[in-house]
Amino acid sequence: MKWNNVIKIIFISCYIIFLIISVIFGFNPGEEIGENFVSFALYMLKILPCVFILIGLFEVWVKRETIEKHFGQESGIRGYLWAVLLAGTTVGGLYVAFPVAYSLYTKGARLSVIFTYIGASALCRIPMTIFEASFMGIKFTMIRLLVSLPLIIVASILLENYLTHRNYKMMGGESV
Amino acid sequence: MYYILYIVTGLAILVSLIANREKTFRATKIAVRRLVNILPAFLIMLVLVSIVLFLVPDTVISDYLGSNNKWGGVLFASVIGSIILMPGFIVFPLCGILLKKGILYMVLSAFTTTLMMVGVLTYPVEKEYLGIKVTIIRNVISFLIAIIIAVVTGIFFGEIF
Repeated sequence: MKWNNVIKIIFISCYIIFLIISVIFGFNPGEEIGENFVSFALYMLKILPCVFILIGLFEVWVKRETIEKHFGQESGIRGYLWAVLLAGTTVGGLYVAFPVAYSLYTKGARLSVIFTYIGASALCRIPMTIFEASFMGIKFTMIRLLVSLPLIIVASILLENYLTHRNYKMMGGESV
Repeated sequence: MYYILYIVTGLAILVSLIANREKTFRATKIAVRRLVNILPAFLIMLVLVSIVLFLVPDTVISDYLGSNNKWGGVLFASVIGSIILMPGFIVFPLCGILLKKGILYMVLSAFTTTLMMVGVLTYPVEKEYLGIKVTIIRNVISFLIAIIIAVVTGIFFGEIF
């Protein structure tokens, strides 16, 4: 792990030095890369703090039993339904879904429901779906939703079966 | 654009503060700790995104999506969609334009679905949560699902037969 961190630090330092030099000497590609970085960073900064505050509140206020009941082993088909609905309200994209999924995991949600949530939050976010339909047409969006959801759920169940035999554990992004 | 998120978060903090100050502070501490822990992975992801978006600009994508045969288009669209990362408010207007240019629905379906579900560039973040092995499995499954969706889309829009 330590060696890994050294590589990361060197990589990021080189990147920053490259950007600074590009700006000083007006090197176009470097400036463009810098602009990409800033615009994407701003985009994420608009979302991430709120997401993590909501996760914090969720951790403090929501009881473990509640999540076990609705997202856990005994939740049955309702668990998947909840996962898809929760995914519908997710903002941003996959990178927001992972920390939320981890929170659900620590509160006792089952793996197949968590993977369904991750998959659905990539494809079935409500604001994005409406936006998509307005550009691509309702038929396009409906095909995508109706084909993807069953596949996501089936794949999640298979993945859970595969992983429970192997003592799989999710991590909280703390291995760094 | 994200004011609903801000309103919801603001209200949640307010209600939480009124209900229990101490719990709210604990929630904030959890929020800060988790965010700080994952921040390095996000930083690496941003660096990769900024470089890849420079190497593969929108114009290149539009040129290649409409290429010669439809299966080549689907394959190219899903590979490029897997690699790059774009927010929805850029992707769909772009696809709307490409649609008018005559690019097939199934190609755009492969492109948008992989864009959203498969994340080569989100790998640094994803592996911190799911682990390397499951990250790879999840992305491979998602890629296959995207191809299936594209094929079904092609069938329903009469682009295959």
